[in-house]
Amino acid sequence: MSDLKVTPMRPRTPSEGASAGAGVAETDERDRINPAELREEHQQRQHEQRKQIEEIDRETLLRMLYHMVLIRRFEEKAAEAYTLGKIGGFCHLYIGQEAVAVGTLSALRPDDYVFTSYRDHGHALVMGMSPDEVMAELFGRAGGCSAGKGGSMHLFDADKHFLGGHGIVGGQIPLATGVAFATKYRGTDQATLCFFGEAAVNQGAFHESLNMAQLWKLPCIYICENNQYGMGTSLKRAMSISDVSQKSVGYGMASEFVDGMDVLAVRAATERAVERARTEHLPSLLEIRTYRFMGHSMSDPGHYRTRAEIEQHQERDPIKVFGDNLREKGVLDDEGLKAIEARVREEVERSVKFADASPEPAPEELFTDIYATPIKRQ
Amino acid sequence: MAVITMREALNQAMREEMHRDEGVFLMGEEVAAYQGAYKVSKGLLDEFGDRRVVDSPITELGFAGLGVGAAMVGLRPIIEFMTFNFSILATDQIINSAAKMRYMSGGQFKIPIVFRGPNGSAFQVSSQHSQALESWYAHFPGLKVVMPSTPADAKGLLKSAIRDDDPVIFLEQERMYGNKGEVPDGEDFLIPLGVADVKREGKDCTVVARSLTVPLALKAAEELEKQGVSVEVIDPRTIRPLDIETIINSVKKTNRVVVAEESHAFCGVGAEISAQIMEHAFDHLDAPVKRLSGADAPMPYAKNLERLALPDVERIVRAVREVTYLD
Repeated sequence: MSDLKVTPMRPRTPSEGASAGAGVAETDERDRINPAELREEHQQRQHEQRKQIEEIDRETLLRMLYHMVLIRRFEEKAAEAYTLGKIGGFCHLYIGQEAVAVGTLSALRPDDYVFTSYRDHGHALVMGMSPDEVMAELFGRAGGCSAGKGGSMHLFDADKHFLGGHGIVGGQIPLATGVAFATKYRGTDQATLCFFGEAAVNQGAFHESLNMAQLWKLPCIYICENNQYGMGTSLKRAMSISDVSQKSVGYGMASEFVDGMDVLAVRAATERAVERARTEHLPSLLEIRTYRFMGHSMSDPGHYRTRAEIEQHQERDPIKVFGDNLREKGVLDDEGLKAIEARVREEVERSVKFADASPEPAPEELFTDIYATPIKRQ
Repeated sequence: MAVITMREALNQAMREEMHRDEGVFLMGEEVAAYQGAYKVSKGLLDEFGDRRVVDSPITELGFAGLGVGAAMVGLRPIIEFMTFNFSILATDQIINSAAKMRYMSGGQFKIPIVFRGPNGSAFQVSSQHSQALESWYAHFPGLKVVMPSTPADAKGLLKSAIRDDDPVIFLEQERMYGNKGEVPDGEDFLIPLGVADVKREGKDCTVVARSLTVPLALKAAEELEKQGVSVEVIDPRTIRPLDIETIINSVKKTNRVVVAEESHAFCGVGAEISAQIMEHAFDHLDAPVKRLSGADAPMPYAKNLERLALPDVERIVRAVREVTYLD
C-alpha cells in the first residue's frame, strides 16, 4: 500500500533555525502530493470500503457512524467551551481521527482493556462513557468521570476497562504491557489495546515495552495513531526511519500499516490483531495513518503546516467517506443521517447543560483519594 | 523466635505473602535463576515457578510501568530494583503513574505495588551506585516510603507493604543484608506502616536514625552511656507517612535531637524531621536540631574517602556531645 504523501511546510532558507548537520526540511519535489495519484488511491479505498460494508450488519455499521459523529460534534463543542473559558489547561481534540477510535474499538469485547494518551475524548466516548460525565470532567466539576481531578488528559472508567487518559508521552505503553501481563498471568483471554501517537515511538518506554511483549508473548496490541505531527514537528523531522510499522521488525513482532481514514479498514486490521492476541498471545503493532484537522491542542498556532494541506486531508474526512458509502450501499438514507445528527446534537447539548450544572468539587476533595489506605496529612 | 539475617527475613516475607495471595509476583533483574543479585529471592523460583518469579531484561522504566499496569487490574507486584540507583530510570512510572493513578482518576484505581531493593551506600561502589533516594520518593503524595533497620522490622514491614493497597517504596540496605536479629515466628507477624520504634530508651538526647545509621546510633548510645549521657534512639521505620508523634514525644523528654542519616543533608529527610520538630516542639528544644548526614559530595571510590563521607559511631557520639553542650 503506497504511503500518503504530505504537502510540505513552507520552504525554509538554510539560515532559519537549522540544527547541526541536517538542514531543516526544504521543499522536496518527491514530497509533493500528486493529485491524480492521490485521487486514484482514494477511489480504490472507497471501492474497498463499499465491499466491506456488505460484510457487516446494519446495526454495527450505524453504531459506528453514530460514534464518529458523536466524537466530532462533542469535540467541536469542547473547542467552543474552551474558547469560552469553561475548559482550562490543555484540550487535545480528536477531530479527523475518529475512524481510528471507532474502527479499533468496534472490534473489542466489553472485557478487553484500552489505554490511550491525553487525546482521549474520542476513545472515552466510544468505550461507552457518557458525554455528560466527560464534559463535566473537562469543566472540572464533581460530576466528571474523574471527580474533576483529572481533566481532559485523564479520563478513566475502571468498570468499562477504559484505563485512561495519560499525560506523559508514551507513559501508557508500559502500563498496557502490564495489563497484558496480568491477563496472561491469570490465564484469561482479554486483549489490551494501547494507543499512542507516532512521536511516542521515539520514547524508550515504547521500545522497552515491545521487547517485553514479544519476549514474553503478551496479548497487547500497540496502536500508533500516526497523525504525522508530534505537536509542531513532522514525522520526518523526528524519525530516522519514518515508517512506524517497521519499528516492530527489530522485536520480531507482527505489524500492519492501516489507512486510518477508512473506519472499516481499521476495524479489519484490529480484528486480525485481536485474534492473534487472544489465540496466540502474540502482540502486534498497528501503524494507523490518520490526520488531525485541528491543532495539537487548543493553543496550537499551527504554523508548521499549510491550510492547503489540511484541506487536502479533509477531502478524505472519514465521516464523510463512510457516510457517503453507507448511502451508496443503501444502509443509510438522508433521514437516517439526520436522525443520527439530531440524536448527537441532543446528547452533546445535554452534556454541556449537565456540566454547567454540576458543582465544583468540594474543598476537602483536594486531599481525598491520594491513598487507598489514607494516611494522616503530612 | 528465630535468629535470622535481614536477607532471610525479606525472603521469608516474600515467600509467605506469595503463598497467601496468588496475585503476588516478583519481577526484576536476576531475581529468578540467579537467585537474586543479593540472594534475597533465593529459592523462590524453585518454589513458585517462572510465572510468579520473573527475570526481566535490563529495562527499568519498562518493567516498573509493567508492574503499575498489572497493579491497576488487581495483581500485587513486587518489583525489585537491583539497586535503587537504577530506579532513577523508572521514576516516570513511579511518580507519574504509580503515585498519581488513584488521584487523577478520582479514586477509581488502587495501585498495590511494592518497589523494593537496596538503597544508599555499599562497599566502594562509587558515586553512581551509592545514592540514597528516600527523600526523593518521600516528597510525593501518593507514595509510601519504608526503611527497615532490623530483620524483624524488615519482615514485618515487607509483609505489610505487600498487603498495603498503595505503592510502597521499600528501601533496604546492602550493607545490612547479613545483619542478624530475632524475628518472631508465625506468618501473621506484621508491623504496620507509619509507626516508629523506640529502639533504645534514654533521657538526655534523642537520636533519630534510619536504616544504616540505626545500629551505628545504638553503638554510639552504648559509648555515650559510659560517658554519662543517656541516649534515646528512635527509628521511624516508615518515612512517609512519618510518625512524627513518637519523635516529638521523645523530644519533649530529652530536649535535644541529632538526626543521623547516610543521605545528603540538603533537602533530605533530616531536613524534614528538623522542620517538623521546630513546628511541633520549638519550645522543648534546648539546642538546635543537629543533622549528621552523608557528605555533600558524590560518593568517592577510595576506601578512606568513602569512610569520611558517611556517618559513623564516633561522629554520632560527637554530635550528641555537641547538642548536649558537653563539648
